[in-house]
Amino acid sequence: MIINGKAHKFGDNINTDDIIAATYLDSQDELFLGSKCMENIDSGFINRVKPGDIMVAGANFGCGSSREHAPVSLRGCGIALVIAKSFARIFYRNSINLGMPILVCEKADEINAGDELDVDLKNGVIKDITSGKTFSCEKFPAFMEEIVEAKGLLNWIKHRR
Amino acid sequence: MGLTIIEKILLAHAPERKLADFVYASVDFCFGNDITAPLAVKEFEKAGFNSVFDGNKIGFICDHFVPARDVKAANNVKYLREFSKKFKIKNFYDINNCGVEHAFLIEGGFIRPGALVVGADSHTCTGGAVGAGSFGVGSTDLAAAMRTGKCWFKVPQTIKFVYKGKPSKWLNGKDLILATIGKIGVDGALYKVMEFSGPVIEKLDMESRLTMTNMAIEAGAKTGVIEPDEVTLKYLKMQNAKCKIKNLEDLKSDEDAKYSEIVEIDVTKMEPQVACPHLPSNVKPASALKKVKLDQVVIGSCTNGRINDLRVAAKILKGKKVAYDTRVLILPATPKVYLKAEQEGLIEIFLKAGCIMGPATCGPCLGGHMGILADGESGLATTNRNFIGRMGSPKSFVYLAGPAVAAASAIKGRIAHPEEIIK
Repeated sequence: MIINGKAHKFGDNINTDDIIAATYLDSQDELFLGSKCMENIDSGFINRVKPGDIMVAGANFGCGSSREHAPVSLRGCGIALVIAKSFARIFYRNSINLGMPILVCEKADEINAGDELDVDLKNGVIKDITSGKTFSCEKFPAFMEEIVEAKGLLNWIKHRR
Repeated sequence: MGLTIIEKILLAHAPERKLADFVYASVDFCFGNDITAPLAVKEFEKAGFNSVFDGNKIGFICDHFVPARDVKAANNVKYLREFSKKFKIKNFYDINNCGVEHAFLIEGGFIRPGALVVGADSHTCTGGAVGAGSFGVGSTDLAAAMRTGKCWFKVPQTIKFVYKGKPSKWLNGKDLILATIGKIGVDGALYKVMEFSGPVIEKLDMESRLTMTNMAIEAGAKTGVIEPDEVTLKYLKMQNAKCKIKNLEDLKSDEDAKYSEIVEIDVTKMEPQVACPHLPSNVKPASALKKVKLDQVVIGSCTNGRINDLRVAAKILKGKKVAYDTRVLILPATPKVYLKAEQEGLIEIFLKAGCIMGPATCGPCLGGHMGILADGESGLATTNRNFIGRMGSPKSFVYLAGPAVAAASAIKGRIAHPEEIIK
């Protein structure tokens, strides 16, 4: 599967309070949560993001709380993929469980805000159309790939039975 | 080859008792709270599941936005109550019957040495202090566990932390863990287990141990763990925790267990610590921060809301008054703790000092309710996170510390070392 979209750049240690403030966690509505995405640190973000866009971040993306509302909020505002130098583990597992595409890319720093990206998820290859660079990413271990291919953990469970 | 305690626990719960890179393991208990469980239940229902694996091994502990802060919060609790009735989930607790989950569950023996537990809350790692494999997971993980009784794990490496030296009078678990996170950073233990050990830990009381494992997540760890010992057993017995405890000898890391790193920390010269805005790793000694004026102090939470924390705070606040311009909120972590504090005369000390007593809720820790910071305000809390906007306005500032620093700071109206109040 190829994901094509514009890159939105963020730094290191973007935490789940940044992604979705705790006060909104009593909602389970994806679109509502999406409308509040990144509010505390970048209130203009939801006005700039378009469906299919890609978030590109530094190290330890999604650290802090386990709130699954975080990847839900990202999906809700249209983000199709998150690329980061490294992910916090609960955010990482939440994304896999939801079937939300994520990729670990050591060279995420070399992607600039606004770059157009073509991403081959299965092979873990990012083509930066704007800069002409190509990056390769860590591929999912087989177990995780199974869950992602099934489009999430609960579907994976249903298929197993 | 030898195994670490966490590897042993995962192995004991793994299919065919084999430890591969990934295990799809059986859990002894899985739980969520009033903000994570509704999402889990929604996913469960959307998937069309029509039964749970074992209603006795699932828990919903409502502690975040309760006593219900608004209609939405109240309806979330109702949603869980009705689901629990339908699927005979025994351990449904509304705020009138429970406290903060990571104090309440351990007090009640739901998390025992050697157990494999998953909780839809990042501070589930707290349970590792009793020698359990206690892991924070997401809402979909909880939905899956409710259906199958299983959870997937990538078997983690372990970093061993060895604490040596002579701790000074005011030092407690909060200072040790803040100093550790300050040293290794917010992703210093990413994907790994933090195993806390050494002579200082062996002499550390249970509540300080719980504080340490509670904040393992703030260093990016998969969980924290401390080998169970007599201190563990005594604590669980004292709480009348009704849990069967396996042979403790099995719950130790082998001599030849493989660690990714061994980190030695000498506590001899360590002072009480404070994490400054806006990362738990931005740690400085309290004595270096005396110019920081405080609008609010919170003593409570799953990190430091237990009876020893309140005793330390009361020792400092006794006969004193908190600063007029500083709001001081004290939230005992569970009703049992609250009652004990009352019986020991601590509540009177707090009230006479001008503190506000609150119920056993997470409330202000995550900026939910019960004490939100305004634009430009600074708060110090015995909680576990201080990211931007964590306790209210994105233009506010949060400092983290232990109960002794919190109490001293409440009196001075600025960050203070406890020695400034009691020599």
